[in-house]
Amino acid sequence: MQIQFTINGKSQSVDVDGKTPLLWVVRDVLNLKGTKFGCGKAACGACTLHVDGEAVRSCSYPIKFAEGKKITTIEGLGEGDNLHSVQQAWKEEIVPQCGYCQPGFMMATAALLEKIPNPTDEDIDNNIVNICRCATYYRMRKAIHRAAEINGAT
Amino acid sequence: MRNKYFILIMSLIVGIVLGFTYASSDTHTNDTTTPRNNHTTTQENDPFDKMMQVLTHKRCVNCHPAGDRPRQGEDSHYHNFGVQRGKDNHGVAALRCESCHHEENNEYSGVPGAPEWSLAPLAMQWEGLSRVEIAESMLDRKRNGNRSLEQIVEHLTEHELVLWAWEPGVDSEGNPREAPPVPKDEYIAAVKEWAESGAVIPKE
Repeated sequence: MQIQFTINGKSQSVDVDGKTPLLWVVRDVLNLKGTKFGCGKAACGACTLHVDGEAVRSCSYPIKFAEGKKITTIEGLGEGDNLHSVQQAWKEEIVPQCGYCQPGFMMATAALLEKIPNPTDEDIDNNIVNICRCATYYRMRKAIHRAAEINGAT
Repeated sequence: MRNKYFILIMSLIVGIVLGFTYASSDTHTNDTTTPRNNHTTTQENDPFDKMMQVLTHKRCVNCHPAGDRPRQGEDSHYHNFGVQRGKDNHGVAALRCESCHHEENNEYSGVPGAPEWSLAPLAMQWEGLSRVEIAESMLDRKRNGNRSLEQIVEHLTEHELVLWAWEPGVDSEGNPREAPPVPKDEYIAAVKEWAESGAVIPKE
C-alpha cells in the first residue's frame, strides 16, 4: 500500500505492506541508519523516534499508522554543527560507550524535555526506561540535566 | 474388639475435622492480583455469574488496577519497565501507552493493541474487589464516569477495547493470550439480560 508522511521535514511516500514496522521503512527503504534495531518487541527502546512529537518505539509501529504524520529520527533531531541540545549534552558528558542504544535514548529524552523542560531525577526514572547494556545510565542522567541547562530551563 | 471399633471411629472423626479445617483455610487465600470472592454466584446460566466470569478475568482487571501501575500477562504482574498511569491514564510524558500500543495487536512484536488503549480511571479500579463490589462500582455514578445503566451496557458490550479481550493476540514469545472463559456472544447476551432484568446485584 502507498503511504505518505513527512520525515525530518521532507515529504515522503513509500509503497510497502501496511504491517511493515516503521523501523524497517526508516532503515531499509529510506536508508536512515541512525535508528537502531534492538529487541523487536518494543522493550529496549533502541528504535525510539518521534511520531507527531511523541516518543514511539518504531519496531512495533505498523507503517500504515504513519499516514499523514510527522516523523523525526535522530538524523532530523540535529546533525553536524547544528546539534540538538540533547545531542550536545551527550557529547559534553561523553555518554556513549558502544553507542548502539544511544539514539533511542536521545530521542526519548528530547520528547521528555518538550513536556518537562527541567526534569527531576524521578521524572527521568519514570520516563526514560530504555535499556543500555553498557550501563551508561549515570552519565545519561547528567546529560539530561545538562540538556535542560543548555535549553535555559534551569 | 471394642477398642478396635473405638479407634476406627475416632480416626474417622479426626480425619473429617482436619479435612474441614484444611478446606476452610484454602478458601481464605488472599491473592491481591485478582478480584477476590470470584464465586459468589455459581448458578448455571445466571447472567450475573456469566458477566462476572468475564469482568473478573485478567484481560479486564489488568487495566482496572488498584493504584497507578497497570498489570500485564497471564499472571497479572506489574507492567514491565515501571510503566505508570499518568495524569490522563495514558502514561507519562515520554512513556505513553501509545509509545508501544496502537489500534490493533502487533503480531510481530507481540504488543497488544486496540482503539483507545489506556488504563481505566482510578475510580474504576476493580483489582481486589469482589464480584458484588465490582457491580456496585459499575452502577455508582460517582465512580463510573457518571454513566447511566444504558451507557454501561454499551461500554461492556460494544466498546472495542472491551471486546479486544476475545481477540487478545499473542505475547512477545508468540504464545496466544488467554481469552475470558465465556464466549463473547454469550457474555454480551448475559450483560443485556442482567441489565434488562433490573441490574440486580446479589448479596455477598
